[in-house]
Amino acid sequence: MKLNGAQILIQTLIEQGVTDVFGYPGGQVINIYDALYEYKDKINHILTAHEQGASHAADGYSRATGKVGVCIATSGPGATNLVTGIATAMLDSIPMVAITGNVPCSLIGKDSFQEIDITGVTLPITKHNFFVNKIEDLADTIRKAFTIAKSGRPGPVLVDIPKDVQVGTYEYEPQPIVGKIPLPKVKDCLIDEAVAMLQEAKKPYIYVGGGAAGLCMGADIVALAEKIDAAIGCSFMGLSSVPQENEKFLGMQGMHGHFASSMAQNEADLILAVGVRFSDRATGNVSKFAKQSKIIQLDPDSAEVNKNVRVNLGIVGDVEDAFKRIAAKLTENKKPDWMARVKALKDEEKRISDEIAAAAKAPLTPKTVFDIINELKPAATITATDVGQHQMWAAQYSTFDRSRRFVSSGGLGTMGFGLGAAMGAYVATKDPVLLITGDGSFGMNLNELATAVTYKIPVVIVLMNNGVLGMVRQWQTLFFGKRYSNTVLARKTDFVALAKAFGAEGYLAETPIEFKRAFSEALEKSKEGKPVVIDVRIDKDELVLPMLPPGGAISDMITKV
Amino acid sequence: MENNKFVIAVYVDNQAGVLTRVTAMFTRRGFNIDALTVGETERPEYSRITIAMSGDEYVREQLINQLKKLYVVKKVEVLDDEPIKRELMLIKVMNKAEHRSDIMTAVDVFRASVIDYSTEGMCIEVTGSPSKIDAFVKLMQPFGILEMCRTGIVALDRGTTTLLNK
Repeated sequence: MKLNGAQILIQTLIEQGVTDVFGYPGGQVINIYDALYEYKDKINHILTAHEQGASHAADGYSRATGKVGVCIATSGPGATNLVTGIATAMLDSIPMVAITGNVPCSLIGKDSFQEIDITGVTLPITKHNFFVNKIEDLADTIRKAFTIAKSGRPGPVLVDIPKDVQVGTYEYEPQPIVGKIPLPKVKDCLIDEAVAMLQEAKKPYIYVGGGAAGLCMGADIVALAEKIDAAIGCSFMGLSSVPQENEKFLGMQGMHGHFASSMAQNEADLILAVGVRFSDRATGNVSKFAKQSKIIQLDPDSAEVNKNVRVNLGIVGDVEDAFKRIAAKLTENKKPDWMARVKALKDEEKRISDEIAAAAKAPLTPKTVFDIINELKPAATITATDVGQHQMWAAQYSTFDRSRRFVSSGGLGTMGFGLGAAMGAYVATKDPVLLITGDGSFGMNLNELATAVTYKIPVVIVLMNNGVLGMVRQWQTLFFGKRYSNTVLARKTDFVALAKAFGAEGYLAETPIEFKRAFSEALEKSKEGKPVVIDVRIDKDELVLPMLPPGGAISDMITKV
Repeated sequence: MENNKFVIAVYVDNQAGVLTRVTAMFTRRGFNIDALTVGETERPEYSRITIAMSGDEYVREQLINQLKKLYVVKKVEVLDDEPIKRELMLIKVMNKAEHRSDIMTAVDVFRASVIDYSTEGMCIEVTGSPSKIDAFVKLMQPFGILEMCRTGIVALDRGTTTLLNK
């Protein structure tokens, strides 16, 4: 059938299984929006308050489901507003397709109104991008974008479509949903080598990252750990991928990781790294990182092997298949000594965290907030966060009852990510969604409250309000002699009134009892489709502990101040 | 680790913007290249990029792996230790009477050719390995180099192996 370019685009999105898109209209996508109007019974468009919100929503949509999130923006400022969201997805390997309009080909390069070279701008922050200059290529380019976004190590792809391509007409033939490009199967000799190393190890540690989380490999990981008595730890991006109740699971390691997890990693004699990239926040000083240990690294991306940390065995290819084959070849090998050591580390961690809790000056500590949340939150709750102290507390204290329940910007550390991402996660799953945020981060993109209210997205927002930019302030406390340069907000924002002004519900909580009541009521309100903001007052001097100083080694860990 | 010179050949899609993608990756990852040439190949759908670089094993491995990740890159190979390497240079030198015969001798010995000639200066074309070109430049220095430009190297493996069948 003959369709115009905008119709071809929307038809191709529908053909590729897209049911929801996030975006914002404008002059150079008006034809695309006309097509969205035509196909509105097949594809749901969420109008955000800002294109950045749309990009984070597409990202959250993807993190919560593994599906490719889609966002749409107009040329120029619309396109540049997507940039932070695209970069966030890139750094965390999140599959996303961003579609932008552009001025007609005849006006390209003339500094036309709202013209920007967005493929140039996004070159280093996309897995790949396309400028479609012929309508003949449009449908296939969209299909390629989806293939690239979800294959191998996933990532964002941008497709820039000039206006004349949207307007022109061409023949459209529906095609099936594109698959992933299969990853090479790992050779048997490498599997055998890994098995031999694991079999010999006395203190194995499985290090789970975002790559494993994206593949929902939790059950496989636990099964392997049970077989050989391996400790399990994860990177920030690996959170929520391993069932937490498992006694071998020690939680996140790294800069603000769990004491037991970081210590066990530092004592292990073999680290099996699954889909991790050894970020500087996870390793500290790489020259001192896990020097006592051999490392096996499984990753779909060959450039990750030996990039940040030299490994003894790099296995590149189909991670899930390789992991299963390794697990199948391992024979049972229990290690009571190592397990006893792991238990001792956990006890030590408990002692440290009790000490931290005892030192608290205010009754409502971050830990209390999360204890209450964990107790009351419904099953399948997705926890989204912004970036800062609250994010690290969320990473340390949140419980997750299944995979894909933690939605947070790891690599880029994007303040303002949370609200958009939480909305996207809700639209994708309709599961209960929490946003843990801080007064700094929330201030960046709180305009999306309007979207949440309009679309009845009942996100419960726990705003950990300490009146300061807590994470930077923490560094100033520890490393800059308490010279609090520009981290004290001294704002007069009334978040309860602000929530109400947007048409959401608002509560204030200053004590554990108040928070418990507010959170319970918020959960009830959210059942009516209402977003809720709870302004939770916490002490500005609360620190995220433990902390490995940037560039430090495990021996430099700060557990109290 | 040792800092070695090496040559990488890359087949890329012959499309607009491909070179930008490759060089943007170098910038993004902090690689420093010595020379880069790009041109058509025996297959019209591909261009061949020849990159001369120096770096240790880590740089070499990362560069290759990062190149392979680019969607437009079809094939990446480090060429053998001694590939056939050629570079072309145009060099303009002052043509003083007292130096003329020395210059002409050098041109002869290096199998270069004079492609423009006036009583004030001459332009010489030299082809050869980068070290030969370096030697010629050094030889011309005392005579007064007015201007020069080098293409950067192009390189092929010896024998019948090709990049695509390697």
